[in-house]
Amino acid sequence: MRRRVTLGRALQYVAIALFMVFLAFPLVFLFTTAFKTQAELQSPDPQLLPAQWNLDNFAAAIERANLVQAAGNSLLVAVVTTLIVVVISLPAAYALARFRTRLRKLATGWILLSQVFPFILIIIPLYLMLQPIGLGNSLAGLVVVYVVWSLPFALWMLQGYVASIPVDLEEAGAMDGAPKWRVLISIVLPLLAPGLVATSLFAFIGAWNEFFFALVLIKDEALQTLPQRLALFVGAEGQVQLGQLAAASLLAAIPSLLFFALIQRRLTSGLLSGAVKG
Amino acid sequence: MSAVDVVVAERGLRRRSRFGAERGAWLLFLPAMLPILAFSVWPLLQGIALGFTNATAGRDVVVEFNGVQNYVDLAGYELFWNSFGIGLIWAFSVTLIQFVASLCLALLLNANLWGQGVARTLALIPWAMPPVIIAIMWRLMLHPTYGAVNGGMGALGLPDNINWLGQASTALPAAIVVGVWAGMPQTTITLLAGLQGVNAELHEAAQIDGASTWQRFISVTLPALRPVIVAITTLDFINNFNSFALVYVLTAGAWGTMLPMLFAYNEAFRYGNFGLASAMGNVIVIVITFFLFFYLRAQAKGRES
Repeated sequence: MRRRVTLGRALQYVAIALFMVFLAFPLVFLFTTAFKTQAELQSPDPQLLPAQWNLDNFAAAIERANLVQAAGNSLLVAVVTTLIVVVISLPAAYALARFRTRLRKLATGWILLSQVFPFILIIIPLYLMLQPIGLGNSLAGLVVVYVVWSLPFALWMLQGYVASIPVDLEEAGAMDGAPKWRVLISIVLPLLAPGLVATSLFAFIGAWNEFFFALVLIKDEALQTLPQRLALFVGAEGQVQLGQLAAASLLAAIPSLLFFALIQRRLTSGLLSGAVKG
Repeated sequence: MSAVDVVVAERGLRRRSRFGAERGAWLLFLPAMLPILAFSVWPLLQGIALGFTNATAGRDVVVEFNGVQNYVDLAGYELFWNSFGIGLIWAFSVTLIQFVASLCLALLLNANLWGQGVARTLALIPWAMPPVIIAIMWRLMLHPTYGAVNGGMGALGLPDNINWLGQASTALPAAIVVGVWAGMPQTTITLLAGLQGVNAELHEAAQIDGASTWQRFISVTLPALRPVIVAITTLDFINNFNSFALVYVLTAGAWGTMLPMLFAYNEAFRYGNFGLASAMGNVIVIVITFFLFFYLRAQAKGRES
């Protein structure tokens, strides 16, 4: 019996190791590719590790793909989107969590519905709408689309955090004679801080990573976002310049990877507790 | 504070919440609702309507309703149905493989193995990456001469010169693997959350009754996990059917990987057929709803019995 249990355990370790290789190895491969010279990349017998860790690919990729400009655009769009999403979803999330009105049903319905509809149905009218008001080929137009696109999920996340704050706390504050706004600012807001951070990170990453809407709306090269520029680079030079392509991708992935490293503990625990509550 | 004061305060509170709650809620909701109505609900309604018009790109085109003409055209549009079939194969395979793999991984991550924390973090990696970069990374992995996949196959004595993304027989299966990779974290974490909600006492009771690990998995874990499984596979299926960026960068739809979204995108923004592309969107919604309806109904029935 004992031996069978240990054998089972050993198999479990083998299985989990295989999963980890499958999930993590592609990133390792991208990483090492970014440091290799063109000669190494074209060698008939490619090695996993570069002979020397040189940064030429990074310098070349930044210049050729004009990454700084694209990163600036992506950063601007993502930051503004995040700010707007947080500011307008905060009161709405509070209303959703605290007042059980028809609104709640409507909002829930929309949040679910908005997941089912293919983007193609919404992007053509948006494209036709934004053009005449001067937002067609602009970062402002992209912000509008991203705000609306990330709102349902942000609302849903945030209202969950509001709902987890006991109403008793607010009522206690009200009993002590504090005005409503004071109760909200000094009791609810501090407790909501982790939820606000998590929601903003999701909005930020969503906007930073998004590709489809940018592809349709942004036509000016100077206004392209990072994913757009990278996708173009694949077709233009990426066929031959594998090292530069890897370097550019790695640089563009850093913010997302960093954010996830920062919040992963909270993310896992938050999702785990949230889902259990149903 | 006297008892009377409390009663008065209570009544005041209650009255205010009856009286002003609805209006207060609407006011708080307004800043979020206006942009959603203007830039999400309204365009969506327009999009559905566009599917019944002859709209095309261009400034001075007169848009007219043409009834079901788009759908008659679509019925005979072989390339579209071809792409539709590819979309179904892609969405079903990715969702199914993703589910099985993620369930195994979630069970392993829930088995109190050494290094569990590190493994959970590593399992999140694909989630942290934008689809465009995932696709670029896998283009490198699957590169015919430089790629690690052919390298690994060569090391095992298998053919090592396969052009995975450059021929019809392997492009779709390769893209499916990439799709599975990209979506595994969400599915795994959700299932893991579900697993942690499974009643431990039931497990113990079953163990005392002499049930094997497999029997306990089938008769305790799976039934408890059912709602989570239904929810996540439904979401995954919708997401996968609507997937765009990943395959756009991987193959641009070449070699039998033209997913419906890529097809509709080309129809709209390459050829300018806005009406027809919207009609495709409508057909896609109907088909997705159709599948979900039967899937969810079967699941509901299964739960009753």
